[in-house]
Order: sequence, then C-alpha cells, then structure tokens
Amino acid sequence: MGTTDLVVRFAGEAGVVTSAESLAATAAQAGYHVQTYATFPSQILGGPVHTQVHISTSPTLSDGDDVDVLVAFSEDGFNNHKDSLVPDGVIIYNSGEFDPPGDSNSFGLPFDDIAKEVGNARASNMVVLGAIAPLANFPLEALKEYVTKRFTRGRPGDEQIVEANSLALDRGAEAAEKSGFHLAELDPPIRPDYEQIMISGNAAIALGAVQGGLDFYAGYPISPATTVLVWMEANLVGEDRFAYQVSSEIEAIGAIIGAGYNGRKSMTATAGPGVALMSEGLGFAWMAEIPCVVVDVQRGGPATGLPTKTEQSDLFACMYPAHGDVRMPVIAPGTVEECFYAGALAVNWAERYQGPVMLMSEMQQAERSQNIPKPDLSKVTAAGREVYKGDMNGYQRYEPDEMGPMPLPGGPGAYVANASEHDGIGDSTHLPIRHIRGTERRFGKLKLLNDGPHEIENPDAAIAVMPWGGSKGPVREAYLQLQEEGVDIGWLYSMTLHPLPEAISEQLNKKEIVIVPELNYQGQWSRLLRADGYRATSITQYTGLPFKVGFLVEEIKQAVAAHKGGKVLV
Amino acid sequence: MSDRNAEYDFKWCPGCGDFGVKRALEWAMQTYSEETETPMADTVMVAGIGCSGNMVHLVEGEQPFGIHGIHGRTLPVAFGVKQARPQTNTIIVAGDGDFLSIGAEHIGPAAQRNVDMTCVIMDNGVYGLTKGQASPTTIFGTQTSSTPFGKLEAAVKPFEQYLAHGVSFIGSHYSSRPRDLAKLIGEAMNHKGFSIVHVQSPCTTYNDTFDLLKGNKKAGIAPLVYAIPEDHDPSDKEQAEKLARAPGVPLGVIYKEDRPTLEDRQAEVRVKARSRTPQEMLDTYAV
Ligand SMILES: Cc1ncc(C[n+]2csc(CCOP(=O)(O)OP(=O)(O)O)c2C)c(N)n1
Ligand code: SF4
Ligand SMILES: [Mg+2]
Repeated sequence: MGTTDLVVRFAGEAGVVTSAESLAATAAQAGYHVQTYATFPSQILGGPVHTQVHISTSPTLSDGDDVDVLVAFSEDGFNNHKDSLVPDGVIIYNSGEFDPPGDSNSFGLPFDDIAKEVGNARASNMVVLGAIAPLANFPLEALKEYVTKRFTRGRPGDEQIVEANSLALDRGAEAAEKSGFHLAELDPPIRPDYEQIMISGNAAIALGAVQGGLDFYAGYPISPATTVLVWMEANLVGEDRFAYQVSSEIEAIGAIIGAGYNGRKSMTATAGPGVALMSEGLGFAWMAEIPCVVVDVQRGGPATGLPTKTEQSDLFACMYPAHGDVRMPVIAPGTVEECFYAGALAVNWAERYQGPVMLMSEMQQAERSQNIPKPDLSKVTAAGREVYKGDMNGYQRYEPDEMGPMPLPGGPGAYVANASEHDGIGDSTHLPIRHIRGTERRFGKLKLLNDGPHEIENPDAAIAVMPWGGSKGPVREAYLQLQEEGVDIGWLYSMTLHPLPEAISEQLNKKEIVIVPELNYQGQWSRLLRADGYRATSITQYTGLPFKVGFLVEEIKQAVAAHKGGKVLV
Repeated sequence: MSDRNAEYDFKWCPGCGDFGVKRALEWAMQTYSEETETPMADTVMVAGIGCSGNMVHLVEGEQPFGIHGIHGRTLPVAFGVKQARPQTNTIIVAGDGDFLSIGAEHIGPAAQRNVDMTCVIMDNGVYGLTKGQASPTTIFGTQTSSTPFGKLEAAVKPFEQYLAHGVSFIGSHYSSRPRDLAKLIGEAMNHKGFSIVHVQSPCTTYNDTFDLLKGNKKAGIAPLVYAIPEDHDPSDKEQAEKLARAPGVPLGVIYKEDRPTLEDRQAEVRVKARSRTPQEMLDTYAV
C-alpha cells in the first residue's frame, strides 16, 4: 500500500542542514509539497542539531509528528531521536562514526568513506539521500537532476563534481537496497497546476514588505530575526531605499520613526528582547502617529530565554508593548505563505492608520522552507501615503477627531510630531480635553484595520478551535482529523489578532467555548479574548517545540468532552 | 510655535540661557535657508526631553518641521530622518542629561558614520526639567537635590568624548552671545558631516553659572570663557585634544575634519548595487 507522506529527520552535527535543504528542494522540484523544520543550538559549532523534511502529495500543514526515516550522523543523534521513529520506520546511521547496539530497524553506512571513494569528500550528503530513495520509492532520478542543476555553475570542474555526487547517490541507493529494509511506497507526486516558490518565512515577510512599498529598514542582529536584516541589507538597496544595521533595538525603533515621519515606509525586525527595548519608542510612534512596522520573530522567553527555540509567548508584549493607554495592531501569519501577505499588509496598515504595526512570527516558521503558490504581485498593492498638500502653514494635523493627511518635511504644514500629549499642531498641552480627544482619536483609527484575512468553518458549531500564528498548521491537521472522527467543532482563524475582523468577532460572540492551542504558559491569546468578553480557553505547551498533531487531537477531544460534561473551562 | 498657541503652557524661567540659544538658532536656520536657497520646510528639528528640548515649540519666525520624542533618543530619530531624505537639514536640540547621560550610547555610532547633521547641546550642568538633579556635566562635589553629600562622580568631559568618538565638527560656545553662536551653528550646519555645537546655557533656577562663565570683577571671579587663539588649527587633532583638555570654555571651532559622510558612501553603494524589483526578487525563489 502506498503512502501520501514521508517524514525524514536528520540528526547529528555537520551535514544535517544541507541534507535537508537538498532533499526538500528535490522533492519540491519533483512536484511534492514540502515543509522543513530545523532546530539549532545557540553555539556556533557542535552540539545537537536536527532538521526534518515533511514530503507530501498534498499541501503540508505541519512538519510531521512521526519520523519515517531517521538519518543519524552521530551517536548522540541516534540516541536522542530513535524514539521518534514510527514502528516500521528505518534508521540509517553513519557507521564510519559509531555502531549502535543491535537494533533491527537500522543499517549502517560509512557516509564519509563512501564519499571519499567516489572522489568528493563533500558528497556524503548525497550518499545519505541516495540511501533514502529506494527505501520509500522516492525518485532517484529527481535527486540526480537536482545535483546536475545545483553543481552546473559554469565553473571548471563542475562535471567531476556532478559525476561524483551522482555516484554517491548510486552508492547510497545500492546499500539501502541491500539492507532489505522497505517503507510504505510514497505515492507519486500530484504536480500542482500553479507556479510555486520555495521560501522561508522570514524571507517571505521581507519580500512581502518590499512589495508593500518598504523604503527603509533598520535592524540589529538577533535570532531568529537576523535573516530579515541580512535579506534587507542585500535587497533593499536602490534609489531612495536602504537597509542599515544600527547599534541597538533602541536605535532601530528611533530610526524607523524618524524615517516614517520623513515620508518613508519603514520597518525593523527583532525578537522578544528587542521588543522589550523598543517599548518606549513604540509608545512614541503610537502617540505621535508615525507609520512604521516592527516584526517580532518570537523565540522562547523571558529575557534571553531560549534563543533558538520556538514559542508564542510575546503576545502580551506585542499587543501592549508600551506604557500608558496603547493597543497595537497585531498581525500574526500562520503559514509561510501568509508571511508574505502579512509583510505587505503590515506596511499598508501602518500607512492607512498612520501608526506602528506589530507583525508577529515565530522561530519555527521563520527558518522553515516551504513550497507555496507563487504570489501574484499584481494583486498585492502598496498603499500610498496620504500627504498634506495644502498651502498654508499652521496645518493642524492632530486637530480633527478623525485622521487626516500627513504633512511631509519639505512641503507645507510644518508641525511637531510629539510624544507628549499635544494639540492640533503638535505642541505639548496638559488640558484634559486634549488628552481625552487625543486618546480617543488614537484608538478610533483602529477601526480602519478590520479587513484582515480570516477563516470560518462550521459556523453553527457551539465549540470552535481557534489557533493563532504558527500553530495554525498542526491545529488545522488536528481539526481535520477530528472532523473525520465526527467531532462537532468549528474552525476560526484570523491572521490579524488586533483588530479582529467583524465576522470573527461575531462568531466568537456566538460560541459556547473557543479552544485556543498556543505555545505559552499563561494562555495569552485566550486571556486576551476573555478580557474582550469572549469565552475562550487554552491548550498550552511550553517546551520550546511546536505542537504535535496527535497531542492536539487528544487535548481538543478532552476539552470538548469536559465542556459537554458541564465542566466550566473559563 | 508658542506665539500662535495659547494652549502650550511651558515657559523657560526668566534669564534661562536657552533664550539666547533660541535666538541664535532662529538666525542660523533662517540664514541657512536663505544661503542655500532651500525652504525652511527642509529643516527638521529633533528635540530631546528637558527644558532645552522645548526649543522645538518655542522657536519663532518661519517654522521648521519638528519632532519632540522621548528622553535620550534624538540621534536615532534624527538618523532615520536623514536616511529618509538626505537633503533634510537635520538639527538636534538637547540638554546635557538627554545627550550625555541617557542618550550617550548614540553619539559613537552617529560620529563613526559621520551622518550629516548638527547637534546643538544646551549644557546647564543640571537636570532642569526634573528640578535640579546632578547631570553628567555637574562638577565633582556639587550638592544638588540628588547629591546631598556632594556629587561623587567627576564631571564628564564632553569635548574629549566627542573627539574620542570621531565627531567631525566640534564647536563650543555660550548662550550670552547669540550672534556669535548663530554663526558657529551656521558653520556646523554647513559642515559636511556630524557636527556638535556644545553650548554653555546656564540654568538660572538650579545652577546659575553666568558669573562663572562671564566672570565678575567685583566678586573677583575670572571668566571661564575665552576666545580660541587665532593660531589654533582646528584640522589638527592634537591641537584640538589640547584645547579639549584645557580648563575653561573656549569659544569657536575646536575641531573640524573633512571626511566622507555616510550619505556619500551610501550614494556610492547605490550606484554599484543592482537594484531589483519585487518581481525579480520573487523569481529567484521559483521552484
Ligand atoms: C526614560 C525617561 N527617564 C527619565 C525622564 C525624566 N526626565 C525628563 S527631562 C530629564 C532630564 C533633563 O535634563 P537635561 O537633558 O539636561 O535637560 P534640561 O532640562 O536641563 O534642559 C529627565 C531625567 C524621562 N522623561 N524619560
Ligand atoms: S529650570 Fe533652568 S533650564 Fe529649565 S527653564 Fe528654568 S532656568 Fe531654564
Ligand atoms: Mg541640563
């Protein structure tokens, strides 16, 4: 019998990243849907690392619970991951490095020795990938095409490299066939009839923001947001565009405020520690009504926390980053594909309501590569800034109770963008009526932002699951499984957490209970929903790792049963 | 903007040095606008938090654009302003506390990049707005509300700091001669690079140093201010360092160095780098 999914995990030290990347790229080119997952230690070299590739004949929602093939590059990799293997899974280990105590589900291959034999010490990854192919009926030809493409770079010696790598593939495949192991045969790919790209979440956010018209980026390196900075430094360059590595997150937020004020669409990306440092600046942007975007690629917290692990524990910090009366618009994409649209939406929202926008992503989707439908750029428009064009001085930018056009330095309407409470032209004032009107104006503008993408299924069910951000994929898989099992629950999802689209608020109002799986201890999203008057409860996990579908299925079932049994969950 | 605005209720105390700095800034900005034939609207004044930062609301005459943000962060914000539109004449106005204490971390990067903007620092040796606490430039041993047993730290030496950071134009003056100060600020604005004009601007309420600065013959006080000798060569770093270490308050240009600005370097990169459209960027990810 065939199977629709294959999950391969690479564990050990060196080699796991390239192996996963190569397998993922090959599978995508062959027409499969692919999702990768990587976890790294924070040290630069050594230490336990693993990567995982989930290959499927249909669009992938998670990185996969159970491992079909484990490739152990080291003994630690073997020991740490062997229990994740499904009962009929296979382990391929590097017998040049170690020999595990008699395990019937594994076979050894001296990866490096074979690579040397075929004449290219760096081809050990291909020995591994070659070995995987016959086990799961994964097309060896596709791997060969991949190495030909990858190593044909117009340099002398290309041919030998291609040849050695092809040979490495063959040698791996032969060894696997000899081993006698077999997995369920992977069904042939159902090639999608649309164009695709293979991209990571962070690159997708960056690209989306640029499509949204981004002009200026300032950032300070921090995992897992550094790749956004690196991407911007390489790509955001040209007439009136620039990216700059500044000296801290405090400088980053100041710089994007200054650039936003002076007419540029501006953004920074950071992780939790940086959001903490930007707190006062975000309040400033809110108060003075300056468009700018702050991306928080979450890692584990608090403080330095778990720099290279995933968590969804910055929601309070992003929704209420500053002191005083503020509530930021928050966009939290749940897939790599959504990351692209979220990048564009964030820039557009900032312009539309003239203020700071938070875009929340998380480690596990930041570095994850996935093949997604290629966005049609003609459908993703960039909002222009509404610039004041009057001819008088003394324009009262902040006077009306509703938002108006923004004056631009160099043009008419000189005013002061003031972080203190201010009057119409931006001069400081302490009059109660000004603080009342100013506060109401700043909150009132948020109603311009209730157009976020959202999903509603099974609207009449009394109970719904409602994931947020990167937990969407595994929760979606769990939801579909529960549907098949006949559990009567609805599906609610909103890419924007604040403001919520009206249709989602309406649904929330109707539910007896909304179940929110989220990766934090306090159940941050369900707490916020409860504070807004909805009945919500959380399924929490705080391991630094993403949800597993099996765990969610059980937990959701239990929550549903408890609610039906009359247990008050809220 | 205060002349138009009855609601704005902040006032400098009578005799505050910042009045003189205000006059100097008004002249300097007006002159800059006329000489460069650029509208006043091309000037953005980024103000710190303190009595001094209220400058942005108090300047009279033709109005520049303004930003009055948060304590200590003028330089990051001004950096963004300048990056956004390099033609913007960017002026920072801040106090000794704002610039040299909470905001000190930002001087180094701005100086190293040599961002083309001008800081006018109003040094009164005290935190005026919070009513009289010790500031970085308060002299060792001085009693203030926050140092009842005398200040336990030595005063920072702004000029030595600026030189060490690589600030490419360093001017020194005081608030009592606004005409001369205006000229110095004008020179700083015309300097291509990161310039600081450090102004002694006494706080009549918490740290009145007028007599010390100008001297008082009757009381036997010799003036702290002195004209920089004619033969001082501001392009000579060693001479500048000597002047920076010398006691007293020199009036004029301590140091001036011509070197490329960040904006120059970025212009070069822009020519070299291939600028791609979003569509071209997207296509590189094709499967
Ligand atoms: C983050 C933060 N900390 C403290 C303050 C309070 N505060 C306002 S002004 C000021 C010091 C002002 O001193 P200085 O910069 O020398 O300006 P001056 O009033 O003397 O002109 C302080 C500490 C603040 N506004 N923000
Ligand atoms: S307290 Fe001092 S610095 Fe502040 S306005 Fe009064 S005199 Fe000027
Ligand atoms: Mg002061």
